[in-house]
Amino acid sequence: MKTVIAIGFQVVLLALLPPLLLGIINKTKAWFAGRRGPPLLQVYYDLLRLMKKNVVISSTTTWVFLAAPLVGVISVVLAGLMVPLGPTVAPVHFTGDLIMFAYLLALGRFFTTLAALDTGSSFEGMGVARELTFACFSEPALFLALLVLVKLSGVLSLSAMLLPESHVRIGSTASAALVLVAVSLFVVLLAETSRIPVDDPNTHLELTMIHEVMVLDNSGPLLGAQIYASAVKLMILAAFLLHVMLPLDPALVWRDRGIMLIGLVAVAGIIGSVESLMARLQLRFVPTLLVAACLLSGFGFLLIL
Amino acid sequence: MNWLALVFIGVIAFALSGPAGMLGSRSGNGWQWVSAGIAVGGGVCGLVAACAVLFGYPAETLSFAAAAPAMTVNLRIGPLSAFFLIPIFTIGSLSSVYGLGYWQQSRHPRTGRKLRLWYGVLIAGMAMLTLCQNSIDFLVAWEMMAISTFFLIVTEDQKPAARQAAWVYLVATHLGTLLLLALFAILRVISGSFLLRPLPPGQVGIGLQTVIFLLATVGFGLKAGIVPLHFWLPEAHANAPSHVSATLSGVALKMGIFGILRVLTLLPARPPAWGILLLSLGAASAFLGVLWAMAQHDLKRLLAYHSVENIGIILMGLGLALLGEAEHQPVWIILGMAGCLLHVWNHGLFKSLLFLSAGSVIHGAGTRDINCLGGLAKSMKITAAFFLLGSLAICGLPPLNGFVSELFIYLGLFHTMAKLPILSLTAAVLAMVGALAAACFTKAYGVVFLGTARRVSHRAHESGPTLWIPMGILAAACVLIGVAPGLVLTPLQHVTAAWSGQTLPALGSLVPAGMISILGAGLIAAIGLGVALQRYALRRSRIDSTWACGYIAPSSRMQYTASSLAQMLLTALGPLLRPRRDKLQISGLFAGPSQLHTQVSDPVLKDAVEPVWRRLRFMLAGGQGFQKGSIQNYIFYMLLILLALLAFTLPLTMLWKLLF
Repeated sequence: MKTVIAIGFQVVLLALLPPLLLGIINKTKAWFAGRRGPPLLQVYYDLLRLMKKNVVISSTTTWVFLAAPLVGVISVVLAGLMVPLGPTVAPVHFTGDLIMFAYLLALGRFFTTLAALDTGSSFEGMGVARELTFACFSEPALFLALLVLVKLSGVLSLSAMLLPESHVRIGSTASAALVLVAVSLFVVLLAETSRIPVDDPNTHLELTMIHEVMVLDNSGPLLGAQIYASAVKLMILAAFLLHVMLPLDPALVWRDRGIMLIGLVAVAGIIGSVESLMARLQLRFVPTLLVAACLLSGFGFLLIL
Repeated sequence: MNWLALVFIGVIAFALSGPAGMLGSRSGNGWQWVSAGIAVGGGVCGLVAACAVLFGYPAETLSFAAAAPAMTVNLRIGPLSAFFLIPIFTIGSLSSVYGLGYWQQSRHPRTGRKLRLWYGVLIAGMAMLTLCQNSIDFLVAWEMMAISTFFLIVTEDQKPAARQAAWVYLVATHLGTLLLLALFAILRVISGSFLLRPLPPGQVGIGLQTVIFLLATVGFGLKAGIVPLHFWLPEAHANAPSHVSATLSGVALKMGIFGILRVLTLLPARPPAWGILLLSLGAASAFLGVLWAMAQHDLKRLLAYHSVENIGIILMGLGLALLGEAEHQPVWIILGMAGCLLHVWNHGLFKSLLFLSAGSVIHGAGTRDINCLGGLAKSMKITAAFFLLGSLAICGLPPLNGFVSELFIYLGLFHTMAKLPILSLTAAVLAMVGALAAACFTKAYGVVFLGTARRVSHRAHESGPTLWIPMGILAAACVLIGVAPGLVLTPLQHVTAAWSGQTLPALGSLVPAGMISILGAGLIAAIGLGVALQRYALRRSRIDSTWACGYIAPSSRMQYTASSLAQMLLTALGPLLRPRRDKLQISGLFAGPSQLHTQVSDPVLKDAVEPVWRRLRFMLAGGQGFQKGSIQNYIFYMLLILLALLAFTLPLTMLWKLLF
């Protein structure tokens, strides 16, 4: 029964919570700017509206364009089923799921970038070039972070690795390594979900966009799926990050589920604050930022050797 | 059942398939079908036998007297040779079917029969190579493979690029053969026989064994295309006909890996340095290979550089297994070796698929310059789908086969954490290689097949069934291994156990084969369901042109090209690539037309091999007088050398007695 509840909790959370996080980010940004901002649930309304809308499809495109939002959502949700969203194991867990997790995210990205090229628009091509470049640096950063976690926990499954038994005493060298990993993961999170300082989701000039420009030709349900997929990605990476920072206790299941929820809201708030307080980096400095993330995790790894 | 005899029938069939094709006329298509039929028949025989041995029938040996005096041919089929025979026969037969449509005799009257002759010899040579137990036979088979490859690369000998590529290849392969000659000579002196038998432990010092190992790594590495010995590879694979490139890239490179594995079975020592050497060579090959691939605009050269990358991944698995033997870590051995071996199969499958699809593009659109192509997914639906599938597989994305073998190697590298944690950092290199490969294939597929037609691809047409049936079989195999990796665990376990001779933990307990199947099937089912739902949701969709920010006359030339897609990444990694840029000169207020040309050339070939080669040619210019190019001269030289050898072996006194 407990496992059923745990799985149910995770699936419901995974399905319903992600758009709220985008809402919180927008609210935070509005608060910093002194505006009232859109309602917290605005992204849900947007998604519902998009689902009902008609679609305009470019005559240049092929089936890849239609498949991409679908593959994007499915791969990111499957990946999400591997990250525990609370103090209980994730619905899908097995030895080596951490690699499956990373490669499912890569699968989603592969199709998104292809769909952008499918439209034949040079703006979208520009977005693809940037996305691909940044992915080449954020992927090793993610794996270095995984390496530190594997070294600390001695297991090869995300659920086992992120859950409390494997956690370390505060003040030890290992906790210092985890701090480095957390910072690195936060940078990866910002890059992977196209937030400032890597990409500005609110920009209105095609030349300066990355993720937004890749989905420029999507409309209606297709656009809705893209927005939803990136929201889910944001949530699972945030949950990943939270597990590295917070030692959840499986004995106090509901308390720690609450902590997780608060944590997710807090991460969204922090992302919103970063977006309000920072300008976007020049594009040529983004690889440097991501290399710095790799180095942080790398140092973390050296600390615990 | 005598499985070895059945394999031998396969070998003979391939060797005869070429001469059979020669019976026909220059411009008639009839005999090419006979030739391909013989090849496929032989391939099926060989495949059945290899599968039987791989799935548990005992190893078999066969010896018979050869035509040469005092020589016996010794053949043996064991798990390792059976494992390598499977891609040889599969891809060998499929490519010869593909050749029916791709290199029709009536369209290539001058080269068609020659091509089939050497192609048969190549497959027969590779198959023999896996069976030979005797260093002389091994070298004969090796040279059969090497020489036939030369003639295959130079099939279109009217093109200077093909001649140049074949020439560089010939030099490289003979350099390798020279090293192998030294290797086998040393083995002969140590063991006292030409038979390739494991050296007894303790007989030979570690130093000499390391010399043998290094000779094998360099000699076989030249064939496999390990960085920096890959310099001949991209041009050779780009200039051969596509189904030959598929075989060369998918199978022939693996003969280098087979050679290294084979020599390792002979050597008892396992110093950790060997494993570390192979692991780092592998990581370097994987990284640099994919990086150079990113900079290519020629579709086939891009694929060829990806072979360098994948050989690197294979070598990483092998290095890990060797280290496992050195450090007595059975888990590393089984995971590393299983990853290495499975990637040999997988790379054979998806790389051949990609080369055959690229061939179909060349067939349909008439060029392999990525920047001239575009929008082919509309006119070549089948080819596009197969190329996409191959791209997903080579990037190691689930649910296809590339993911499975890369997962094995990742898991093995993660397992080193307990003992040699610093090694596990190579997992991060592998992750970056994966991301770069995905970037590169986004570029290749996106620019060639998506968007709108750029220059020449307006008149592209889909290829016939002789082209897409082989591609379909390869694609199905990629999906099968990707979704049901459980099927290959038994052979992998069997081969690894036979290779290392140790009791190893069960592979099934270390890798999540069942979960890969469930998730893979789930992924495919969910996408299928999604497509059905999407059909419904999009039933009222409207077709319009791409949004071009209000500009109403966008042309296909405005699209992002392969060069522009790669430019940002190449700039970020510039110091490693050193792209050459022609000076862009813009002067005056109203500048005239100007153009920019950038190129990334192979640094090993341009900066190391060619200067050394030029120096050598300069130094050896005096010897050119001996090379007259007339066969009488060479017979005379052989006679002289024979006499010199006789004089060297027979004591002069004996000669004296004989004469007087």
